[in-house]
Amino acid sequence: MVVDSFKYLPRLIAAFYQMAEVEPRRPIPWTPMSGPLDQCTFGLVTSAGLYAANTDSPFDVERERLEPTWGDPSFRRITKDISTEDLAISHLHFNTADIQRDPNIVFPRERMEELVENGRIGGLAEENFSFMGYQGYPPDTKAWEQEYGPQVAQALKSAGVQCVILTPV
Amino acid sequence: MPVLARTLEAAGLSTILITMMPVWAEAIGVPRTLAVEIPFGHTLGAPGDTAQQLRVLSQALGILEQATEPGYIEHSLETWHEPLDAAIKSWQPAEPSPIIAELSPKFREMLRSRRRNRS
Repeated sequence: MVVDSFKYLPRLIAAFYQMAEVEPRRPIPWTPMSGPLDQCTFGLVTSAGLYAANTDSPFDVERERLEPTWGDPSFRRITKDISTEDLAISHLHFNTADIQRDPNIVFPRERMEELVENGRIGGLAEENFSFMGYQGYPPDTKAWEQEYGPQVAQALKSAGVQCVILTPV
Repeated sequence: MPVLARTLEAAGLSTILITMMPVWAEAIGVPRTLAVEIPFGHTLGAPGDTAQQLRVLSQALGILEQATEPGYIEHSLETWHEPLDAAIKSWQPAEPSPIIAELSPKFREMLRSRRRNRS
């Protein structure tokens, strides 16, 4: 089976995506695994627009409403034991109801804890990260590449993370 | 998100990207990719379907173990439980996003003119 990237897109949005120019980047970076999975500490990074409602601010979707070609490039820290009630979402590009019902579909902390318990992986970081995936039109990912991505990488490495699962939405 | 996978990998982390848009991962160039044919906003599967979420994660972990070269892509066999038309409707926000609202008239016209040119 080959996954069809456009299967679930209405025709109009498919046309919109196909118009976006993608710049190929080579070479592709590569970090070999540091050891077997059961010795790896994992970090989770999603672009679902998650944030901790009690302690953090939402992504700046108000500016995006005023300036639709702009998307907030910042990130939020999400602890692995955040309560589902505290986990909020700011993202204007998809229906967030199912994530609110079961955050594991983009932030699989419970599945990861099960994998830790049964010994398949070494551990899950205390602190994980969320971005908000819409980066403007045409997409501008410079801030991710030059500022926020390196900050997240540094934070994960300082916490002893070797492996990262990225879950765009 | 392909650029974030690249940025984290370049900083010394081993990454796996789970995505419904492998076309972009392939074009941009991502270290390790698992492609899933699942509606947007549901990367690991259906809410409450722990077995599906675990199958997707397990395949992602297998890629971390097995991939030996950058640009590695595997395609998941997972399927979605809703009929296509319903799935296309249900993942979308109640109101179109600001950019879609702004550009829709232009894109509609573009699609119409494509159809006219074909006929």
